[in-house]
Amino acid sequence: MFAYAVRRVLATIPVMLVVALFVFSLLYIAPGDPAAIIAGDQATPADVERIRESLGLDRPYLVRFGDWLWQIVHGDLGTSIFTNLPVTHMIAQRIEPTLSLMVLTIVFSIVIAVPLGVLAAWKHGTWIDRVVMVVGVLGFSVPVFVFGYLLAYVFALQLNWLPVQGFTPISEGFWPFLQGLILPTVVLGLAYVALLARITRATMLDVLSQDYVRTARAKGVGQRAVLFVHALKNAAVPIVTVIGNGVALLIGGAVVTESVFAIPGLGRLTVDAILRRDYPVIQGVVLLFSVTYVLVNLAVDLLYTVFDPRIRY
Amino acid sequence: MQRRDFLKAATAGSLAAAGGLAMPRLARAADNKVLRFVPQANLANLDPIWTTQYVVRNGSLLIWDTLYGVNDQLDPQPQMVEGHDASPDLKTWTFKLREGLKFHDGTPVLARDVVASINRWMVRDATMGLVIKKQLDALEAVDDRTFRFRLNKPYPKMLFALGKSSTPVLFIMPERIAQTDPYKQISEYVGSGPMRFKKDEWVPGSAAAFENFADYVPRAEPASWLAGGKRITFDRIEWHILPDPGTASAALQNGEVDWWETPLPDLVPLLKQSPGLVLDIADPLGNIGSFRMNHLYPPFNDVRARRAVQIALSQADYMHAVVGDDETLWKSLPGFFTPGTPLYTEAGGEPLQGKRDYAAAKELLAAAGYKGEPIVLLVATDVAITKAQGDVTADLLKQIGMNVQYTALDWGTVGQRRTKKDPPAQGGWNIFHTWHAGADCVNPAPYIALDASGPTAWFGWPQSDMVQQQIAAWFAAPDPVAAKAAIDKLNKAAMDDVVYIPTGFFKAYQAWRENLTGVVKAPFPVFWDVKKV
Repeated sequence: MFAYAVRRVLATIPVMLVVALFVFSLLYIAPGDPAAIIAGDQATPADVERIRESLGLDRPYLVRFGDWLWQIVHGDLGTSIFTNLPVTHMIAQRIEPTLSLMVLTIVFSIVIAVPLGVLAAWKHGTWIDRVVMVVGVLGFSVPVFVFGYLLAYVFALQLNWLPVQGFTPISEGFWPFLQGLILPTVVLGLAYVALLARITRATMLDVLSQDYVRTARAKGVGQRAVLFVHALKNAAVPIVTVIGNGVALLIGGAVVTESVFAIPGLGRLTVDAILRRDYPVIQGVVLLFSVTYVLVNLAVDLLYTVFDPRIRY
Repeated sequence: MQRRDFLKAATAGSLAAAGGLAMPRLARAADNKVLRFVPQANLANLDPIWTTQYVVRNGSLLIWDTLYGVNDQLDPQPQMVEGHDASPDLKTWTFKLREGLKFHDGTPVLARDVVASINRWMVRDATMGLVIKKQLDALEAVDDRTFRFRLNKPYPKMLFALGKSSTPVLFIMPERIAQTDPYKQISEYVGSGPMRFKKDEWVPGSAAAFENFADYVPRAEPASWLAGGKRITFDRIEWHILPDPGTASAALQNGEVDWWETPLPDLVPLLKQSPGLVLDIADPLGNIGSFRMNHLYPPFNDVRARRAVQIALSQADYMHAVVGDDETLWKSLPGFFTPGTPLYTEAGGEPLQGKRDYAAAKELLAAAGYKGEPIVLLVATDVAITKAQGDVTADLLKQIGMNVQYTALDWGTVGQRRTKKDPPAQGGWNIFHTWHAGADCVNPAPYIALDASGPTAWFGWPQSDMVQQQIAAWFAAPDPVAAKAAIDKLNKAAMDDVVYIPTGFFKAYQAWRENLTGVVKAPFPVFWDVKKV
């Protein structure tokens, strides 16, 4: 398995190259001009042109791509056009909020969704099942920002329990840290909870109809053991797959959630960079997201062997 | 204990804990020495010469000081300088710095720092700096506190130039920083202003912090806009970047921030009803909406086509779309200069007044040879003001028989595309919208949008000798009467040649918590003399 993991990690290199080429090309052909944004409305056309030259944006595509690739190979993601700060520094500033938000969301979603899905499968066809499914549809259908504003209105403005916006690093205390992340986690997690609960329910329904489950029940195994020991473990492979794939969903959702709750994370950095055409930052963040996604999928593949010993690499 | 009893107890405990959350209510920006401010936009960089973005200028006003500063009467007053001496022919200007001026790194402000700062600024300030540069024989540091301009032509507006509040503002930086290429960004933010920038706390797109500079020596005079004593009552000013207006509104209502520079007009009624908040006009000089045409290509290279739009355009329609139904926020503007300022005039403004005449507009278009060619209208749909203006324009042009090609873009793309001089059908454009800060439209010096010098003019490249002559006449005017006469003629000439079409004059609100005092109306946030009680 170790050799497999190493092979997979090495396989990310060509994937990253393709991603890099794709992102760079996409940004190259996309309309928009950072020089015009930097110059501002009071600048003359000549100023805009001079700024463009000073940023090297007038250089040919291949020269710019080559320079960028050379920087990446040397571990340098470049410097932001706008802030004049290294992209690695900007990413480092934003990792804690996003990582915290995503980890909390995944934990929250699993803790809520898996029992809900199991419950719905166990009580299949009853009102409990229908309620879980309705919650699932709602969670998936209502846009993140609608939930965001609604929860902020109730829990921040009306009850004054939680802040409307912002992020407190964990180094400044666990409760202030958690306080700022409760609403964003719930908002971001709802769609994920819906997805996971539905998948868990469907997989559990399938597993619960298997012969070995009937045998376990015939042997007098208790309901809880049947559900959580025999059935859930065997239903885990598709659930883990969805958890892995859901990371992409979370990255997308984090962009909106971080904007609504003004969390200084990678999602907001991405949006700001796109709106300003801050090419080095966009390229750096997209590369980081791609690496994360590839590694999460690797972890998921490796987890399969834990849940299903028949799988070997 | 039975399982159900346990669950009941656990539930009761959870509710008690939840109730406990409510007990210690969130700190309501309790520290009276910290001001939490929500600026109009993201502070993505901090070089006020490299960029002309207003948000950068506003942050820079805390960090860097200026030689002169305009007061609320728009008169430049000495700020870093003690005084000046101008030769009778206005060709030699000598200035002396105040004593005791220091940069944030502890070094004294010297004349050579000023010379280097002026040299960098002159290159980037098209309306005044470049004019001075062109007629400059020498700019020299006479001694540590004295510097001198020697010009080959009189320049009566020198104090306006040195104290201009429109971007780029002449901020004084240490020589080593000011020697940076004007087209490249500085990376050190050392000034001699009342606040020191905390670069280590700067998270672009999220937060910026400034701390009180203990060695700053404010002038003795009372503060008035950028003039007088800049006394900061806070130890720290935090800028919180909240791009989502709904979040900013909720944060202000919840006491998480103290002052919001630009509330969305749609949220103003809600904020007005919220207890503990104060709303007032932010900038008395307001803004002027702009309908900008490309003068290089048909149909708008023919003045008759431009006049056709001018006589059909209803400013009321534009202003309702931009600011909503609050009639106190806008007024019609049959001129180019900011209402309520000394040079305001309506001379020649008749085409924008009275009943709108679609029939006459159609006749003028026909006379200009317009035959239904597509009109490329660039609309930045991510900016509420430009989107509203673009929608009204699309309807207006249809009403007068034009074939509108509504091109929805984001502001970043409009910014790029409007620089293109290609024909509209080949990636160019015919019309775009923007708006100009009223502070930039008080006279021709900062008014880049009124420049009609053709190829070197602002986007749209209007060319009008009459306009240029009157701008020159204003610069050379020896007294206020002559200056006003030049402005009247300039307004009429710009209307006749339709340099651009003002779509109206509008103001916006600012909002703050009622425990904040001393917030003034100005074209920029004025932090001095603001207190939290």
